[in-house]
Formats: sequence, structure tokens, C-alpha cells
Amino acid sequence: MGEVESIPRMCDMDFPDPGSVADALRDVGYLPDNRISQVVYLAVRLEKPVLVEGPAGVGKTELAKAMAATTGRRLIRLQCYEGLDEAKALYEWNYKKQLLRIQADTDHEWDTISHDIFSEEFLLERPLLEAIRSPEPVVLLIDEVDRVEVETEALLLEILSDFQVSIPELGTIEASSHPLVFLTSNNTRELSEALKRRCLFLHIDYPDPQREALILTARVPGLSAHLAEQVARVARSIRNLDLKKAPSVSETIDWARTLIALSIEEIDENALGETLHVLLKYQSDIEKTAKELVSSPVI
Amino acid sequence: MLGVVTGFIDELRQAGVPVSMVETIDAMGALEVTELGDRAALREALRATLVKNLRHERAFDTAFDVYFSMLPSLKDDGDSELESPPGGPGGAGGSGPDQDDLANLILRALAELDDDALRAAVRQAVDRLAGMEPGRPVGGTYYMYRTMRRLDMAALEAQLADLLVADGLSEFERRLALEDVQARLELLKEEIEEEIRRRLVADRGREAMARTLRRPLVEDVDLMHASSSDMAEIEDAIGPLTRKLAARLARRRKKRVGRLDFRRTVRRSLATGGVPVEPQFKHPRPSRPEVWLLCDISGSMATFSRFTLQFTHAMATHFSRLRSFAFVDTVDEVTEFFGPGVDFGSAVSRIASEAEVVWLDGHSDYGNSLEKFFERYGRQLTSKTTVIITGDARNNYRPSRDGVLKDVARASRALIWLNPEPHAYWDTGDSAMFQYGRHCTSVHEVRTLRQLEQFVEELALPTYTRSS
Repeated sequence: MGEVESIPRMCDMDFPDPGSVADALRDVGYLPDNRISQVVYLAVRLEKPVLVEGPAGVGKTELAKAMAATTGRRLIRLQCYEGLDEAKALYEWNYKKQLLRIQADTDHEWDTISHDIFSEEFLLERPLLEAIRSPEPVVLLIDEVDRVEVETEALLLEILSDFQVSIPELGTIEASSHPLVFLTSNNTRELSEALKRRCLFLHIDYPDPQREALILTARVPGLSAHLAEQVARVARSIRNLDLKKAPSVSETIDWARTLIALSIEEIDENALGETLHVLLKYQSDIEKTAKELVSSPVI
Repeated sequence: MLGVVTGFIDELRQAGVPVSMVETIDAMGALEVTELGDRAALREALRATLVKNLRHERAFDTAFDVYFSMLPSLKDDGDSELESPPGGPGGAGGSGPDQDDLANLILRALAELDDDALRAAVRQAVDRLAGMEPGRPVGGTYYMYRTMRRLDMAALEAQLADLLVADGLSEFERRLALEDVQARLELLKEEIEEEIRRRLVADRGREAMARTLRRPLVEDVDLMHASSSDMAEIEDAIGPLTRKLAARLARRRKKRVGRLDFRRTVRRSLATGGVPVEPQFKHPRPSRPEVWLLCDISGSMATFSRFTLQFTHAMATHFSRLRSFAFVDTVDEVTEFFGPGVDFGSAVSRIASEAEVVWLDGHSDYGNSLEKFFERYGRQLTSKTTVIITGDARNNYRPSRDGVLKDVARASRALIWLNPEPHAYWDTGDSAMFQYGRHCTSVHEVRTLRQLEQFVEELALPTYTRSS
């Protein structure tokens, strides 16, 4: 997505209708379907966070990046993982600096010092607070929110509903600008009702072959329309099989690149058999697909 | 409009989709900025604000189609001219194109993937072929099949295949092309269904239609009698649930404190001028729970046992220390069949052929199974082990020998029984639920996915300790 600069910078987030969202996203190389552009449009107009759910590799994270690119906003990303806590997500007091402050200053009364060390100077911003306090509006991406424990989800609630953060020593910090918030989830566990209630819900599924072919042509330079269409149709066919892990859009993009690198113009059984490992990541899946689609298994 | 939307939300709630007050307000807000004439946009606006779970989307779609089918689809103005198709021979007579022309019209629309032309053609087809009579109490499927039969879907499929599947393709390319044909026919069926539903709603009113179309949500489907399509959806939902269960089981003992957390101690000491008055400790690493699953896989439990095995399979990916056992009238360990990276289908067939779960006649014998279980594996039970038994406790009037369960309970941390039968049926006929249940830490009725979810939730409650 290197061509951000060349696009005439839109008046930030000025989207009169869903169609303009779609156009803007298309300009930065993200091809949304109706549902995606409609929900993003609503998110902008209603100033609500979007919870994006769907299988891995269908472009959930990419959507947030594309929105950042098209609006020219900065992208702040919080990658979630098991054990994420508020010191990593929200804020932390810089205790080393606080210690130094106490030790360096022996002249002043204790009262002044104690007020001093809990001021902004000693506050370490973490992604959520950073997004809230940024003077110019940002895009906040909370990635793979289903990975944190249920209890940690509560950290997000205040930010998502009121766009503010409460710090006991400082008081409540309100957003100086409204961030556009995307949360992504692979649905490995149910998110809490409280979190869902605060968000718009967007489920992204695998695209239909027509759209996938368009995505492929947009993302893979040098791909012929014919090959793109073929790749998309094979991908649909494989997704119809009962596999452990169906090929994602990012994997079909990789596959198309592989085909170009091997200068394969036309997918036939041999070409498929030899490159199947790019598309599928489990041996059992590869064997199953080869058995179904390739009459003379290569593996 | 407001009335329709509130009626619609009411219907969603009736169908079991939880819609909160806040979400209703959000939906209204969304409608204010949405082009109401555009049905697709309206659908997405309501969906994004009201439905927060993929499992509820089918219920949403059904209700939406009923409540908003009367709204014009995008290109409604166009269809008056399409009523007499270009070049149609019999236009003047008012009879419209005959059946062959209609099929051709549909065929062309499908081949070119022209949504508007398809919609117009389907409208005419339903008009002329479905033979719908106002007030006649038959379901939509009746009209649907009638239309499809008279359109001759098989011939349509063959013609479409002729158009789309070129000659001289390899086996592999043919397959791809044929899948494309199927996808387009699916499109046609959806279009016909929608058109018929639209007319039925006009005839009978929204509420009545919604009531007849309402189906239980996936989480309310009875696991003992689930259809195969329900089963597929249930299986999708199991994954997230087992992860939650894994987290719950891991979290249950939390009181102990871990090692000194130096960083937090120093930081906390700032409040006291750098003197570490209040030492901070690291949280202990979550204890690794050991779970043993004991599944009845006898014939009477066919659907449910498939579910429990699926459940076991999903659990195996989250627990390194999960052991699973299957029994009919004797018991065998099946842990190895569910290793990581194993395909579920092949695991099930291996269990059927390799595991020794049948001893005498293949009728459930809980007594013998439990006794054998304790005899062979009982000594490996520890105070960290949670034993979960799934089964209907129907013992075919054999001796229950429930005393052995007491020993199992004593040797393990907790003993949980999940019974897929309604509570009212327990202890009727050959069910020995009471005899077994009295030794268990707890017994749960798990007939639906929702109940399983509830069980997982309850596990987290602090009151959940061993009784007795």
C-alpha cells in the first residue's frame, strides 16, 4: 500500500454514503463488498467501534490498515495476547523515573514531590491511551481480541463506549479526537456480551470467486485476468471440501505469486499438485485435496 | 417504518436472538443515516447493530426477509417494461412469454450473472408457474417445488452446463466449471424462494409468516435429534466453547501466591518513599488441569455421541493433559485417536474399528464399563483430575454397580455427569441416573448447546467445590 501519498488526501472521514467508503477503500487497493463498506460507513457516521469477525486471512486487519491509509490517519495497533494487562494496554507509571525524581530532590517538602511524581511527565502511554490522547484523530486497531482473557476485556469497555480512560491518580482522560476503532476476532472463543453490545458487528467471509479474482488482480502485479479467475475458482472448490484449515485469501494471493514465479500460465492438475503446499498448511489437508481434485496424486 | 422495525426486533427476540435496549437505539441511529429505499443497505445496517453472533444470522435473515420483503428491491421501477420482454412474441395478447421463453430468459440471466434480469424473470416465472392462490394454507416450499418442477430445473442445469462447460476440458477443469454451474443454480433457487416469500407475506401478513418460519437457534437444537445440517453448525460452535471450558478449568484454584514480583514491589514502594513496605507477588502460573472424558458411544446415543466425540476432539487441541475413554458395555482408552492434527472423520472411523468398546452384545452397560474403567485406570486418578462422564445412564436394566463411582469420585478432584436427556425423563424406565448421580460432584442436563454453555459458565463460580 505504498501509493498513499499519490492519492488526493480526502477531507478526513468525509463519507456521504457507503459508496464513497467503497471507492476510498478501492483507491488504496482494498476491495470491499457491500456489507463491509456499509458497516464501515455506519461506524464512521455513528462513531462506534467495529468488531470484525471471520476466518483467518480474509482481510480483517487489512481493513483497518486500508482505512488508515485512505483517511491519512495514523494507525495505532494493540496486538492482544493471553496475559495482556493494563500496564501493556492502557498506561503505566514510569517508576524508574519516579524513583530518580524522589532521590534527586531532597530540598522540597514531601507533599510537593508526591504530587509531582504522579503527573503526566511520569506517565507511560500504551496504545489505548495513546489513541485517546492523540491530538489528531487516529485509527485504533485492537487485533485478535479473542486472545485475551474474559476479565481483560473489561479494560476495553470504558474506551469503547465513552472514549475515555480513568486513571486513579490523574482523573479521567477524555478523547481529544474520536478514533475510528476496529477490533478483530478469529472467534476462538465467545466474546462477552458487554463488549459486543458496544460494537457494530461485521462478519467477513471468504469472498465469492468474482470478488476474489478482483482482489487477486489488485494485489498481485502481473497476474492475467484468466489466471486470477482460475485461482479463485480452485480456491472455492477447495473451500468446499471439509478441511482442517481452508485456504485464506492471503494464501491464495501467495499461491498466485508462486504461480507467476514459476511462470505457470494455466492451472492444470500437475501445477496444482506441485504447488498445493502453498495453499494448504496441513499434510492431511494436502492429501485430501490431492485425492479429490488431482486424479494422479503427486504427493 | 418505526412500527415495522419494532415488530422486527420483537420477532428477533421471539426467535431467541438477544437484542438489548442499547442495540435497539443503535439500530434506530443507523437507520437515520441509511438509505431506506435500498434493501441491501437496510439489511446490513440492522444486522450490524442487532446481531452480534454469527450463529444468529440465519434467524436474522429469515425474519428480515419476512418483515422487509414488501420494500422495493433496488431496481423495481424497471420491471414494468420487463413484463413484456424485448422481442417477446406474445406480448400483445397479454399472455406474456411462454414457458420456453421464460426458461431462456432465466438461462441468459444466469449465464451473464445479471441480477436484475434474473429477478425480473423469476418474478414472471412465479407469477405464471407457481399457481399461488390467496388464502390457501400451504407452505412456501410447496409453491417453490411447483415452480421449480415446471421450470424443469434438470433441463436448465443441463443447458447451463452446455453454455459454461466447454468441450475438451480436463477432468479437473470440468469439475471447476460444474461447481460454477451449481453455484448459479443456487442463486436461482434463492431468488425464487424470496419471490414466493414476498407474495406469501403480502397474503398472510408478517407476524403469521414469521411464526411459521421460525426455527430454533443452533444453541437450542436438541442434540439427541439434531439433523445433519444442524450438526455442522453445532460443530462450528464447539471450538470456542471448549477453549472457554479449558480456561475455566485452569482457573479454578487461584488462592496460592507465586514468587516475589520485584518490579511491582519497587513500584508500589514509591508510595512509601522507596521503602518496600508491601511486597508484591507474581500470580502463580495457572494450574494445568487434567481432564478425563468418559463417553457413552452406544447406538441409542448416536447423534449425541458424535457430538461428544467432536467435543472431545476440540478439547484435545486445548488440553495437553486430556485423556478420553469410550464405552458401550466395556471401556477403552481413545486418547491416541485424537492427537493434535488428526482429522475428526478418520478418528471416528478408527474408534469404530479399533477401540474395544463392545464386550458382550453392544448394549450399554454402565456398571461393567465403570468397573472396568476403575479397575484399569483408577490408580492413575489424582487429586488434579476432573472426570467428566457423558451419557444417558440408560443401563438396559442391568445392575448399576454404582458403588464404583464413589471410588472414582473419591480419587479425583471432581466428577461431573452430563446427561443429554430432559430432566423429567431421568430415573424413568432403565435410567439409573439417581444411583449414579448421588456420587457425582454435580449432574447437568445438557440437551442443547446453550445448556453446555451454561455448564461451562457455572464451572467458573467460586461456589463450585466438592460437596459431601
